[in-house]
Amino acid sequence: MSRLPRRVLFYLAAGAVAVTLNFFLPRLMPGDPATTLVATYSGQLTAEDLQALRDAYGLVDAPLWQQFATYLSHLFRGELGVSLSQFPTPVTEVIGTGFGWSLLLGLVSVLLSFAIGSVIGAVAAWRRGSRFDSIAPPVALFAGSFPYFFMALLALYLFAVQWQLLPLGQAYGFDVEPGLNAAFAADVLAHLVLPAGTVVLVSIGGWVLNMRNTMIGVLDEDYLLMAEAKGLSTPRVVGSYAARNAILPTFTLLGLSIGNVFAGQLLTEVVFSYPGLGYQLYQAVTTHDYPLMQALFLLITVSILVVNLLVDVAYVLLDPRVR
Amino acid sequence: MADALLAVEDLSVEYRGLRGAARAVDRVSFEVAPGEVLGLAGESGCGKSTLALAIPRLLRAPAVITSGSVRLGGRDILELDDRRLRSIRWSEIAMVFQNAMNALNPVMRLGSQFADVIRTHTGLGRARALERAAELCTLVGIDPARLRSYPHELSGGMRQRAALAIALALEPKLVIMDEPTTALDVVLQREIMEEITALRERLGFAVLFITHDISLLIEVADRIAIMYGGRIVEQAPARSFLESAAHPYTRGLLASFPSIDDDGERLTGIPGSPPSLIDPPAGCGFAARCTLASDRCRETPPFVEIAPAHRAACWEVGA
Repeated sequence: MSRLPRRVLFYLAAGAVAVTLNFFLPRLMPGDPATTLVATYSGQLTAEDLQALRDAYGLVDAPLWQQFATYLSHLFRGELGVSLSQFPTPVTEVIGTGFGWSLLLGLVSVLLSFAIGSVIGAVAAWRRGSRFDSIAPPVALFAGSFPYFFMALLALYLFAVQWQLLPLGQAYGFDVEPGLNAAFAADVLAHLVLPAGTVVLVSIGGWVLNMRNTMIGVLDEDYLLMAEAKGLSTPRVVGSYAARNAILPTFTLLGLSIGNVFAGQLLTEVVFSYPGLGYQLYQAVTTHDYPLMQALFLLITVSILVVNLLVDVAYVLLDPRVR
Repeated sequence: MADALLAVEDLSVEYRGLRGAARAVDRVSFEVAPGEVLGLAGESGCGKSTLALAIPRLLRAPAVITSGSVRLGGRDILELDDRRLRSIRWSEIAMVFQNAMNALNPVMRLGSQFADVIRTHTGLGRARALERAAELCTLVGIDPARLRSYPHELSGGMRQRAALAIALALEPKLVIMDEPTTALDVVLQREIMEEITALRERLGFAVLFITHDISLLIEVADRIAIMYGGRIVEQAPARSFLESAAHPYTRGLLASFPSIDDDGERLTGIPGSPPSLIDPPAGCGFAARCTLASDRCRETPPFVEIAPAHRAACWEVGA
């Protein structure tokens, strides 16, 4: 188990670098955020308000290292400042809701795409040269070669506008009360179909090809021949021997994809006005909401690191050879 | 042999490719008696591994069995439906592959690789199957605690012992061993061969032992068959093989091994290379490399008995 502690150390170091960059990068930009911010709001706010804002965000004329220390201590207390576009809601609160929706949309679409794509790829490889193999992977790739926004707008137009089968946008309807009940769950699900479905459609081709390619390699291995010589059932041979080994390289890619979930599925969330992190990031940029932007960047980097660490742990469980 | 355990007759296998079909196994016939060790030897590419995989019908496209029959205890394996075929695999014909590192599933514990085959064929529960696995491990000299290990945690010799134990799990009547010791060093090779011999004496299974190493066969086999260019060219009892080998190819093979009482004589290889399998020459496949070749060799020599229990396919030594 010497691999895991080393990985944890690596991720801790990477996290420290990310936190540091997150502080310095905005301050390296010409026309620092503080000036822009104060300039934007100077007409609307009183001098006391501006001072309070500066204090809240740590926009003081103190030396850089002192600002950095303040930033760190605020960070450890979970204080990321106050949103400017939704003043005076704390940034953490704004992000909290978006985080949940992004997580739902992202996990559902990535896991569905991974699961369906891998199964199609595995079956195609097992029946190499069959009709299924000559139709399914090319169709999946064809779907994936459309620009995402085109696919998303088309789906939105057809299903939500033309045929009115599915809701236009948002995460749930205005007419349902959020809560843990079947009606709300069904409504959330209905709102999830289009954004998740379009993401699955454009991303599935990659998983199909990946699985098909690694599995074809695995099918040539002696242990597969032995599994067949043992007279095991076909599901057992394909599942426990072929797909079980072929999934390993694909699994690392799954980690990367899940990591990107936290960047918010920007295009998806904008097209379907889905209130996730990507939508918030888009709004933060258009409204010059620096504290929100900074917090989102921090969240995205840290989440990607955490997910990759989790994938590393899961990989160790899946492949005994790396223990 | 009317009471043969395995009777292969006229078996042909072709690899179908863009440049035509390569006939890797060409009208091969042989029999294995219950409890017998038949050694099958030949150089790389002579079709011996293809033959080994053809018997339990494990060949994959582009390899196709084009003719012949493989009778095991009266049934023709080539005629069985998928379900019957699966049920005789391993329970009647088990296999040991060349490299146990590659033949064992790297992400499955050893115990599960015993248990899955035992449970598939006998319907035992997992606990009972693992008990049986522990017995088998003891039988081949592996600590049963090793059942919890993954293949990469075992040494090369232990892996090959484990593969042997898995092969014996259902007490098959026939075990096909395709170069089971080739990947091991000579000391381990010796150990595994002794293990195989001891187990065979105890359990009485028959073995089709495939190797390129004739000297190994002379020690362990009852009979030896020599394969060349997809055909069996000579078959004789192992005991007198060194003296009685008659086919020019066999003699060439034997001359290319050093003997123990080597008096410094130079080893002679066989000049030339094996015939093309896609476009084989008419007649004897060895004629082009053979010092005894004559006009007659343009016709295929019959595989005839030249002495009791000794057959060869050569015009010069046969009829």
